[in-house]
Amino acid sequence: MVSRAERTLVGEWWWTVDRLLIAGLGLLMIAGLVFLMAGGPPVAERLGLSTFHFVNRQVLFLVPAIGLMIATSFLSLRHVRRAAMVTYAFAMGGIILALHFGPEIKGAHRWLSFGGVSVQPSEFVKPAFVVLTAWFFAEGGRKSDMPGGLLGILLLPATIVPLILQPDFGQTMLITLVWCGMFFAAGLHSLWIVGFGGAGILAALAAYEFVPHVRARIERFLDKSSGDSFQIDTALSSFSRGGWFGKGPGEGTVKRILPDAHTDFIFAVTAEEFGIVVCVAVLCLFAFIVLRGLLLARRAEEPFCRLAATGLILLFGLQASINMMVNVHLMPAKGMTLPFISYGGSSLISLALGMGFLIAVTRKRPRSEYMDRIVRPFSRGRSEA
Amino acid sequence: MSADTPDDRNNAPAEARRPGLAGGLRLLFSLRADKSLARIGLMSLAFSAMFAAIAVRLVMMGAGADGRSDTSRAVSTETTGIRPDILDRNGEVLATDVRSVSVFAEPRNIIDKDEAVELLTAVLPDLDATELRNKLGTKRGFVWVKREITPRQQAEVHRLGIPGVGFVPENKRVYPNGPAAAHVLGFANIDNVGIAGIEKYIDSQGLGDLVGLGFAQTSTDLKPVQLSIDLRVQHALRDELLKGIEKYRAIAAAGAVMDVNTGEMIALVSLPDFDPSNPVDAHDKDRINRMNVGVYEMGSTFKALTIAMALDSGKANINSTYSTAGGMMRFGRQVIKEYHGTGRTLTVPEVFLHSSNMGSIKMALAVGVEGHKAFLKKMMQLDRMTTELPESAAPIVPQRWGEINTATIAFGHGLAVAPLQAIAAVGALVNGGYLITPTFLKRSEAEAKANAPMVIKPETSEAMRFVMRINGEKGSARKADVPGYFVGGKTGTAEKVINGRYAKNKNFTTFTAVVPSDKPRYLFLAIYDEPKGYVESGGYSTAAWNAGITTGKVIERVAPLLGLPPRFDPPEHPFPTMARLGAWGTR
Repeated sequence: MVSRAERTLVGEWWWTVDRLLIAGLGLLMIAGLVFLMAGGPPVAERLGLSTFHFVNRQVLFLVPAIGLMIATSFLSLRHVRRAAMVTYAFAMGGIILALHFGPEIKGAHRWLSFGGVSVQPSEFVKPAFVVLTAWFFAEGGRKSDMPGGLLGILLLPATIVPLILQPDFGQTMLITLVWCGMFFAAGLHSLWIVGFGGAGILAALAAYEFVPHVRARIERFLDKSSGDSFQIDTALSSFSRGGWFGKGPGEGTVKRILPDAHTDFIFAVTAEEFGIVVCVAVLCLFAFIVLRGLLLARRAEEPFCRLAATGLILLFGLQASINMMVNVHLMPAKGMTLPFISYGGSSLISLALGMGFLIAVTRKRPRSEYMDRIVRPFSRGRSEA
Repeated sequence: MSADTPDDRNNAPAEARRPGLAGGLRLLFSLRADKSLARIGLMSLAFSAMFAAIAVRLVMMGAGADGRSDTSRAVSTETTGIRPDILDRNGEVLATDVRSVSVFAEPRNIIDKDEAVELLTAVLPDLDATELRNKLGTKRGFVWVKREITPRQQAEVHRLGIPGVGFVPENKRVYPNGPAAAHVLGFANIDNVGIAGIEKYIDSQGLGDLVGLGFAQTSTDLKPVQLSIDLRVQHALRDELLKGIEKYRAIAAAGAVMDVNTGEMIALVSLPDFDPSNPVDAHDKDRINRMNVGVYEMGSTFKALTIAMALDSGKANINSTYSTAGGMMRFGRQVIKEYHGTGRTLTVPEVFLHSSNMGSIKMALAVGVEGHKAFLKKMMQLDRMTTELPESAAPIVPQRWGEINTATIAFGHGLAVAPLQAIAAVGALVNGGYLITPTFLKRSEAEAKANAPMVIKPETSEAMRFVMRINGEKGSARKADVPGYFVGGKTGTAEKVINGRYAKNKNFTTFTAVVPSDKPRYLFLAIYDEPKGYVESGGYSTAAWNAGITTGKVIERVAPLLGLPPRFDPPEHPFPTMARLGAWGTR
């Protein structure tokens, strides 16, 4: 194994990163490939592609993704911020380009094509946005010359307005939720929380009232008979057919009629073929990664590290929970993929980048590196003593 | 470490405590990194709760999944399966379940849908190819291809070997006697749910619950339902009515045989009828059960009720006399005439024999409007009569009931009742005074009389049998006087109301007969709607010439079947009270 005797780049990395987190993520990627072997073929067949088209493509994306994740995790904090800034700039540029030049798919302009490779820039903006927000808030907390708090607040509208124009309500909602979580963790005054909570409720009501498509989705969720609930009915019949132990790999039949079996509804396909026990295991794996991430965030004493870790794990955890809740009909249908399990190149690379950032910011560091910026939980008591 | 406690403010940095807007704003915008530890902890809790909720939901779905296939679920919700056999009073099968199979398809398991349609329509040629293709084109997990196919068809479909096409055993309801008892039995639909008649009645008795709970698996697990109907009598009655409807060119006919001592319906026919095995035309407008869904003015048959009322009230006795001089009576602007005018003064038996309108009116008026209403109410002529058959109609009773109404109802106009209701009342007039609600289920005399009210005195009942017998011997009921059976009866001819007026040439004729008159056992009823006159009748289309003749033929055919021996010597003292009173006609 890696020796501790001498300080090498790899050795230092190995002994400072959180290996449990990496193990969890690795397990998830492997599980994702297995589940995609169930969810991918029916969709591939429907589209007239070769049976394992999606599995092959996913493997193809997984290799650079793992590379990117590990490479990112080597970065120092300064480089993490710079990488995020560059990614953010490119991604926002991409979003604006897509808005003007991207093809319209299902009524939205989300994709950019570069010589046969389609990229969804809004996927990449997410981890970069989180890192930048964490940076701004952390700077704001230090009362340095940089107006961090203000920048952190302004970054939200700057990011979501182009997304709303696309339109991509799913990403908008996710980014807003993550931002609120980071804002909360950054320790802003409780009044803000009340204010944002109220604004959130108002926004939800306004969306229900004025956006017909949102209204239809919510009504369909509350009353299944009110409209076409084919997708969710089929997903639920997947679960009930699968039972505890599933029909067995390749034995699923509901997946053949389930739209997005390889992306948004792969959890339901997993239930049909591998059973609810496996679904609970996947759920536990997600729970482990999220709770481990939050624990690491709490352990980090450097404010930027703490906020960035919180934001990145929120991004990952919320996306996973929303996807699973939609699958089991605890939430109205919302297009969101299951991290590392659903098929999707852009999504995979973006997640790898985010998790790379997470591993990087949660590395153990000598305190001397950030003594001046340390967050002392008991500093208050000490100063008063 | 509670970050959100109220004393936050006091611990805030010194500059924030400065009063004023600027201080407040600064406080509002300051980021308090020291709070973050608790807040991240809170997030962990929130995430744990969310994941727990998903886990609970998954476990619930796991517990709820029964592992059954879509097919068995669809079949169990779409078919109720089994029904008990229905037998006649002698144990003959009227309705039974036969095992058959139905073909279904699971569209999502069918690989080549066009091929499947082609093959299936080749074997089952009466399938609509376009419809079948559309059904298979859906994304449903289960569709029926064809219900209740023959074993040969099953073998042929099986041999096609189409994946995703299978068979479910089902129960097919069959009625081996065809239309014989159609209106009594009703029918069950393809899912074996009772839709009408006794079939529907059976379902209302909690059969579905029993099957749903899994107690009954096959129809032999269920106790058969035994009806009061006698299939032989039923067949004879239907046969005679069919012949009659043709001969008298009537638009409809109906008939019934009732056991007057138990209220059991031995036969009930309403024509036109339908084949319950294939009830495609059962809902046509003219297919109603005229015995209990149609309401009619029963005409002179109602005079029996009027006479019974007058005798029973004591306002008249068998020797009372009524003048028919003038041949008409005036009520305001309305005039009521005698049909068979004699102009003489008539005794009670003569009023009945000559079917005197004036005599009936005078008897009813002697009792009075209120007494008349109360009597008819007691005889169950003013309310809907409910039997086991779910179909029934309420009588049409005048809104305002004045003297003119009593006068017309006395001879059978102005009140429309279901014929079944009328024969229940006539049954009470002849059986010693017990008003028994008719039933279609087998029962004993003791059961019937247990909750049958006594509505008239036995003497009155004897008087009614007496006058009916006289009418059978000498009057309008002679056509049904089958030798040896001591038949008593009453004709009824009512002009039909067409567009609110009585139509002179459109009759509704009824004939009621009691057999035998001295110790009554059975009541016979025949009805024709718009019978026409014919050569032998001299053009008459009144009841005696059609309903009367049919009743006679029915009595002749079924009395031996019912175990009534003919008596060629008339009974010694059939009506002792009447003889003692010296009533007209006893000497």
